[in-house]
This record gives sequence, C-alpha cells and structure tokens, in this order.
Amino acid sequence: MKPKVAFYWCASCGGCEEAVLDLAEAVLDVAAAVDIVFWPVALDFKEADVAGMDDGAIAISFVNGAVRTSHQLEMARLLRRKSKLVVAFGACAQLGGIPGLANLTTASGVLDEVYRDMAVPLREIREDGATLTLPELFDAVFALDRAIPVDYYVPGCPPSPKVVADAFQALLRDPPPEPGTVLAPNQAMCDECPRRDRRPEDVKLARFYGVEERAIDPADCILAQGFPCLGPATRAGCGARCIKGNMPCTGCFGPTSAVRDYGAKALCSIASIVSGNEVEEIDGTLDGIADPVGTFYRYSLPASFLGGQAGNLPHGRQ
Amino acid sequence: MPDREVRIGVYTCHCGTNIAATVDVRAVAEFAAALPHVVLSREYKYMCSEPGQDLIRQDIRDHNLNRIVVASCSPHLHEHTFRTALKVGGLNPYYFHMVNIREQVSWVHTDRAQATKKAKYLVRAAVRRVGLHEPLERGRVAIHPDVLVVGGGIAGIHAALTLANAGKHVFLVEKEPTIGGHMARFDKTFPTLDCAACILTPKMSAVRAHPNITLWTYAEVTKVDGYVGNYKATVLRHPRYVDEDLCSGCLQCLEACVYKQAKVPDDFNLGLSKRRPIYIPFPQAVPQVPVVDPETCIQFKSGKCKTTCIEACGERHAINLQAESKVEQIEVGTVILATGFQTFDAARTPYYGYGRYPNVYTALEVERLVNASGPTGGEVVMRDGRKPQTVGIVHCVGSRDENTHRWCSRVCCMYSLKLAHLIKEHTGAEIFNFYIDIRTPGKGFEEFYQKLLNEHVHFIRGRVAEVTDWVFDASEEGKLVIRVEDTLAGFVRRIPVDMVVLATGLEPRADAAEVRRLFNISCGGEGFFLERHPKLAPVNTFTDGIFLAGCCQGPKDIPDTVAQAGAAAAEAMALIDAGYVETEPNTAHVDEAVCCGCKTCNSMCPYHAISLVEEIRKSRVNEALCKGCGTCVAACPSGAIRQNLFEDEEIFEEIEGILSNA
Amino acid sequence: MPEEFEPKIVAFFCNWCTYLAADLAGTSRIRYAPNAEVVRVMCSGRIDVQFILKAFAKGADGVLIGGCHPGDCHYQEGNYKALRRYRLVQRLLRQMGIEEERLRLEWISAAEGDRVRVVINEMVETLKRLGPLRKAEGERAADLVEVA
Repeated sequence: MKPKVAFYWCASCGGCEEAVLDLAEAVLDVAAAVDIVFWPVALDFKEADVAGMDDGAIAISFVNGAVRTSHQLEMARLLRRKSKLVVAFGACAQLGGIPGLANLTTASGVLDEVYRDMAVPLREIREDGATLTLPELFDAVFALDRAIPVDYYVPGCPPSPKVVADAFQALLRDPPPEPGTVLAPNQAMCDECPRRDRRPEDVKLARFYGVEERAIDPADCILAQGFPCLGPATRAGCGARCIKGNMPCTGCFGPTSAVRDYGAKALCSIASIVSGNEVEEIDGTLDGIADPVGTFYRYSLPASFLGGQAGNLPHGRQ
Repeated sequence: MPDREVRIGVYTCHCGTNIAATVDVRAVAEFAAALPHVVLSREYKYMCSEPGQDLIRQDIRDHNLNRIVVASCSPHLHEHTFRTALKVGGLNPYYFHMVNIREQVSWVHTDRAQATKKAKYLVRAAVRRVGLHEPLERGRVAIHPDVLVVGGGIAGIHAALTLANAGKHVFLVEKEPTIGGHMARFDKTFPTLDCAACILTPKMSAVRAHPNITLWTYAEVTKVDGYVGNYKATVLRHPRYVDEDLCSGCLQCLEACVYKQAKVPDDFNLGLSKRRPIYIPFPQAVPQVPVVDPETCIQFKSGKCKTTCIEACGERHAINLQAESKVEQIEVGTVILATGFQTFDAARTPYYGYGRYPNVYTALEVERLVNASGPTGGEVVMRDGRKPQTVGIVHCVGSRDENTHRWCSRVCCMYSLKLAHLIKEHTGAEIFNFYIDIRTPGKGFEEFYQKLLNEHVHFIRGRVAEVTDWVFDASEEGKLVIRVEDTLAGFVRRIPVDMVVLATGLEPRADAAEVRRLFNISCGGEGFFLERHPKLAPVNTFTDGIFLAGCCQGPKDIPDTVAQAGAAAAEAMALIDAGYVETEPNTAHVDEAVCCGCKTCNSMCPYHAISLVEEIRKSRVNEALCKGCGTCVAACPSGAIRQNLFEDEEIFEEIEGILSNA
Repeated sequence: MPEEFEPKIVAFFCNWCTYLAADLAGTSRIRYAPNAEVVRVMCSGRIDVQFILKAFAKGADGVLIGGCHPGDCHYQEGNYKALRRYRLVQRLLRQMGIEEERLRLEWISAAEGDRVRVVINEMVETLKRLGPLRKAEGERAADLVEVA
C-alpha cells in the first residue's frame, strides 16, 4: 500500500506548490511512490474527505503558508489529527514568512491600510438559503508550529527542487530524521556560494546600498560590495540561486540550528562589520539600511522573539 | 546537554551580617530548594571559610552533586576559591556558578523585601544556567623569563635589582636621560635625615653594573602586544647624540661648549638654574653620559657651530650629532610599571601666590635650594638674593581639598617637617608650619615631629587662606603675609614672612591615562593606576602579568615604595619561577559542522586568534591566543562559534531565570 | 489600588569595567534602585542581539548594556562592536514600536561606582514613565509579544 500524502496551503503565495511541480520529471516518481489524498491546487479532494479519514491515516502532510485565519487554523488542526507526520513546508510555515511582516500591526491595521475608509468586510452572507462565512482574521500571523506540533521543516521561499527532493528521500528513509529537524544542510549559504573565495578576509563597510542604487558586480562577493547579503546568516540548500541571479540573499532559508532568532543574529553580524568607531559615523553607515525589520526579518518575524503573539493559540492537538 | 541527571547544590551565604542584614537568606535558600534539579540547598554564615568550603566538598560526595551554585560575594573575590573547593571535592571546577548577592544586592539596596526578591531571581538564573555547564580544563601558557620595568625611579630601581639578583634578565626603561626619579632631587630623607643621594646613588650604580639589567634611558615604551607570559614591547630610544658605549664620562664636552654662560633653564633644578645645550642632568646621573638638547644646540638650529664639544672629546669620538632614534623590540613575560608621580602644580592655587611673588616656592624647589649640589650651593637664598629670617610652610597644597584633589598625599607632613628642620639648620630662621593635621604614622615619624617641636618651630593649625603682599602696617612691609584662621586659638591671624614654602601634593602623571592604555590596565577615579584589590592585591592589576610599584599606584613615601617594588618583583618572580600560568578556559571554538567559511570572525579578533583553514574551508580558533572576550561569538552570522562558559544557551537560561515570574 | 509599577531591567555588564564598577558601588555602600539584575559577560562585545530581544520578550521593561569606555576595552575593540550593534538594534526597536529609551548602552569604567547608581536610577525613572513593555492580558503594548 502506498503511503498517503497531503499538500495544503495556508497564508501562502502558491510558490511552494510550484516548488513541488519544479521537481519536473521527478514529480512523476513522487506521484508513483505515494498516494496523494489532498492537494487543493491540483486535485479535487474536499475537506470532508479528509475529515472522513481515520486519525493518522495520512503518512505525511506537507503544510505550507503561515496561519493567519481561523480557517487555516482549523485545517492545520484537522491535518495534524489525520496525519502521522506534519512537515512545515517553506519559509512561511517554518518561520511565518513574508506575510509575517504584518505583525508590525493588527488585523484592523492591515484592513485599514488596504481598504482605507471602508468598514471591516462582512463576515457572513446568505444567498439562496446557503450561508457563506469569512473566517476570522487573527491579529497576528503565526508560523505553523505555533498552531500545531510540527515534526519536520522544509525551508525556503520556496524550497528549492533539490531540497524538496532530498526531503522526500529523507522522510521515506528508515530510520527517519530526528524530530524537529530542518531538512536542509546545517551550514550557512556561503558554503555553496560561487563567490565565497571572492570575499576578502576583512570586510568593513562604511556604506550600505540598496539593490536599486547601483549595479552589483557579477563576480565579487555581494556583501563586500556593500549590499546587505544575508548569505552568511542563512541556511544553505538553495544552491545560492539568488546570488547566481546577481542578487543578494534575503534569508528565505532561515537560520542554522545554532541560532534561535534569525533576524537578531543577522542584524548582530551585519552591525559587527560596520566600520567606524564614532556614533555619527556609525549612524551614517546604518542610514543605508532603511528598513531593518524588512531587511532582517523579511521571512521570520512571527518566529522571532518579539514578533509573534502568544496566548491566543494554544499549542496542542484537537 | 548533560547525559546524566543534573543534581545541583545551592549555598546561600550570610557573610556574617553583610548579606543577612538586608537579604532574608533563609527565604532565598528555601526558594532555591524548590527549583528544578536542586537536590540540596543550604545557608551558611561564611561560605568562603574552611568549614564553608568543606561543606561543599562533603556534600558533593555525600549527595552525589554534580553542579554547585554559591550565592555570596563578588566572583572577583571568591570564584577561584569555590572552584578549587569543587576540584578538591572531586568535581570539575567549572560545574560551578557564583551569584553576587553582596556587592550587587545587600550592600546597595535598603528594602529587605526587594533585595530578597532580587537575590532569589539571581539564584534562579544561576541554577538554570549551571545545569548547562560542561567540564572544562584550564590551559597552560609558558612564561617568558625576562621582565620589563618601566620607570627608573627608586621603585623601578629596586624592583629591577631584586629581579636581577634573582637571576632574571630585566629591561629597565626610563624616560629621562638618567635614572633616579624624584628621589635624586631630594636633599635628605625623613625621618633619619639620610642624604638622599648617598643612599640612592649606590643603587643607581648597581643597576648600571648589573649584568642582568639592560638599562635604556631616554627611552619610552610605545607599543605593547600580547598577554601574560608573552608580551612584545616596542621601545623607542631617543638619540642622546653622545654614544653611551664610547663616552668615558669625563664631561669635558660640557666645559668646552661654545656657550660660556649657561642659558637653558635646568629642568633638574626646576628652572632655578641654567644649563648648556650639552648637559648631564645631575652630577651622579646614571648613565654618566651627557645629552645634547637639539632644541637649544646651535649646531642643530643653524649648522654653524664650531662644535668645540666634539673637539674636546678628541679621539674617543663619542659625540655624534647625526645619531638617530632606535627602535627596539623585546619579548618579556611580565611588566612592572613604576612610572611615579608628578607634583601638584601650585599655579592651580593662585591664592598662594606661586609665580606671582618670587619668594613663594614649592617644596621640591626648596629641596634643591638646601641641597649642596643645588643651584645655590646649599644656601637658602631667595630669588631676590636675601636669606629668609622668617619662613612659612603651607601644608596640604593641592591635597585634602575639594577644589583640587580630595586625597591626602601622605608624604607632605613629613617632608614639611624635614624642610622646616633643614631651613632652620641652614638659616636659623623662625619657621611657621600651617597644617590641618600632622600626619606622622611611620616608624620614627612621631619622634621626628617631637624633635621639631623641641626645635621651637611654630605650628599653627589652620588651612592657609591666602598669601598676599598687601600689607596692613610697617611691620609687614616688604614681607609676604600669610592669612590663616588659627583654629586652636580661635581667630584669624596675619603672619608676615620672608619666604613661603608650599607643600604641594602628589598627583598622577599627566601621561598616566596614555600609559595605562598602552598596557591595558585601568586607572582609579583619582587617576592613579588601579590595583586589583586595595588590601589583598596592591601590586597586581586586572591584567595578568602587569604589576605596579611606587607612587604610580598612589602617593607613598620611600619605605613603602621600596616595599611595594619588592612585592611587585616577587609577584613577577612567582610567575617566572612557576614557569607557566594557567589560562581561563572561557575560550571560543568553532563548530566545524556548522561553519560555512564566511570569514566574518577572522577580522573580529584583536589577537588574530582565528583564521581560515584552507583545506577544510572552515575557520578555526587558536585557543592559546584566544582571550575569551566572545566578540566573534556574537558576530558569527550562523552561530557556528561558541564560547566555553558563556554559551548562548547558558545566557538565555540566565535571562529566563531572572525574568520568569516567581 | 494597583501596585506601583516596578520596572524590570536586565543589565548585561562587562566583567572588567562595568561589573567592577557595580562591585565598587557595593564596597562603597552606594545605594540605588533594586530593579536591575545583572548578567555578567566577559566583554560587551559578547552581547548578542538575541540576548537583548530575548530579554524584552521574556518580560524585561528595559535592557542596560554596560561596557568599557571607547579605547579602554580590556580586549581592545569589543565595545566598538557593541556600539555598532546597539545603534542598529535601536532602529529595529523603533520600527517595531518599542521606545528607544528602553535599551540603553552606557560606558562605565571600573572606577565609576557612583555612575552605576546614576544610570540605574535614571533608567528606572524613565521606565516608570514609559510604563511596562507588555500591558495586562488582552492588551498589547507594542503590538508585539514573545514567542519562543
């Protein structure tokens, strides 16, 4: 009997679904090895089908996207009940992701920003005797493991084909990896960066540049050129794809296992290589980082020490 | 993470009443007993005592403890004591953490409830932290046997001789062209009235002659790198323009100088006399080699001198006006700083008239006047040519004063008595000493004071308000009037005198801040070099291997200076003879499984302890060079570097322990 | 009647300067407010930004960093790293809606026992005026609460 597998998306952009498809021909091997019982983007199974299964009937559920609404919470809990293993797939599920930057405000703050001067959307509509409801928008965005216990994480925004393929292999292996493992190499991205040897031993920056400010030399270390490349702080596994695209790393694979708060550590390290000993000089250099939260916590604000919300979501099985 | 079960013993100390008077020690001990993994929680009167330490040793055995927390005084005092207790008790000494509930709780807070609460939280933080401690071993660093002594006054001289006699090689570096320091300027020393030069110059000669001492005068230390046992110092030797090896000390060049009259103010005699551009600081200078002052020598300024000095030197060819400064690099294991003091600048107390009235002198200037080889040949003759018939000696100038320096300079009462005696001896004048207290604590000091009383020197108790030439009546005409409240008699007096002597205090040298940065030590609030502990470690600093001797650490007289210099030499010797020093194992190390070779850490380390290992493309820390600051640990972007004893996880636990609500 | 708010400060003091100054305040019996609890590190350069944010997340109303004066660091330059990180963290906190005065960096040398008193007392006053970082259950002080 082929193991049953589910894919689900919470607050997500669809990129992680594409990441699975990015396996290209390999996706056929996956389809052959497993029995996909739920995948809203691709297959027509309903929530009721999942609810009707036995608890633990699904071998692995891959859940991507952050938890932002009551419905997403409900689905996360449903899949947790029905699955032996739940894998947080992608940066949003692992760390809260880009949607997590909304944690700088509240639900009403978000709605005001987007739909200024309009009332909060209707929560309920009746039509033809049927009732349609909108789920509750939580005041904060949560990473998946704040909603349900998570067994493994597949990092990346989205995870790279290699990481996805390796993750599948790892999960189907016996014995499986240690619970809680992030299924990607445990070094920072410099390990696989083609420009690593171009980084001088002593990088001291007097100025930071935004990518829109000046051209990036395609051969030299991007950080050494004054762009805040977070490669040294970010887990490897992506094959340095952004660097190969001549763009600085923005940190979507999250931290190594030695770091608890990604943004704090990345910030700490970048600040350490600022040149200058006087406050005015230092401040002048730091002016080049106009948006610290966006730079350092682009993908991980909900998972950070200060950027999530406790209390509203009890962590546990339903 | 520890494999076996963590079993913690917590000990909360009363420290007599030092802690117990403010912190409810019992409550803290009871609180600790209820914390996770705490197997045993005791309170005790004096944990650092032998029975206190024994408690720990016994409990480790009897209760199978594998972690110890002691809540008592500052770790700076007793961390080592307790770590040793663990070791003797059979436990790795680093399974220990200390909580400071004395200096930072009971001694600084008054509310018992709040102090006790704070103590509890700090203990909880330690208990959480210590569970993560790992066993660590101290490293060993070899000690280079050579010593650098900075400063060639009596302190530096004595330290150097002591070490040299013990067979150690010493570099003695002195800024001036001669050693001898302030003591060379004194006439007689109190209380014995020994001739200062007579007791100093034999020691100066001994330094010169000693095979184990390399003497560099007219030289300064400009750079210091390294750490205890392995210091590398750069010494800049200024050119004297007279070669020390070729000069025979005949001094004929001095006589032969084209300047028939000396014109340059003589620094040794504090400007009271003049010298020529080629000079020797004083007759018994060591080395007995002249110096050419390029600021005033005609040959340097115009190139047009007859250079009769070179002619007078003849076949020895010792004078070389093209000489250049020389830079020496030396390696030593220990350093003794004996850079001395400077006297308080009397111009800062303008109400005493120094610099305005020619017959107001500082004490050091008077030392030169009474000295037989001084500017007046030992005659006490004032600037206006007269001999004084009345002299006022003003104590505490620049000392014991909120407006200048708060401290007591310790030597001024005694030297004021000494000068009173010497001036009276030389001139028969009537002498008045104006004092706040007469401080004569040393051996023979009180007896010396009695002697002065018997010599009918007048003592008036009161801080002098001003010295003025504004006279009331004819009896004061031509004199300086000292206005003072005579606090024993109870009224303000005007005492007219011919000569005023200001007993100026001792203060840190102007370059002390610079020197201490060079050697990476601290200064205290007043500016003197900071000792490690004022009672128990007066010659050590917080930088291992750097010791202090003499007035650079604080005002003191010659006997105390010599004693301290001996102590510093002994401390240096203790290190050298042990051969090695143990290093704290709080070093950093790279987890090679996580390191990606980004090299961020390489440039973070001021000791160049981290470098990239090309073969594996990962960085590695040289633990012998690592000083344990942890800067690289915070800077590492991926968390690959960790610090023993200060792991991220350990500090997170401390933070949680402080903050989780009780 | 609600109890007067007593701010909680986590103070990271470097071993060679600020920690000794705090000890000196003790031996000199200088009194100051009991709101600060000290975490000792060897150098202010050891202070990881994670520690600062963790302290705020776990209930600190203020965080104080104490290090050697510029030029005096026992390990040469660690305090400069601390200064650079501090300036960037301040911007981060500002952006997150946390008042800048809650994080304070002070250079305090081993001789400046009284300065410890001045700084801690001042900080307590400031934090009393700002109020707790995390308000009572149900209210969010700065739209942020701790997670891990």
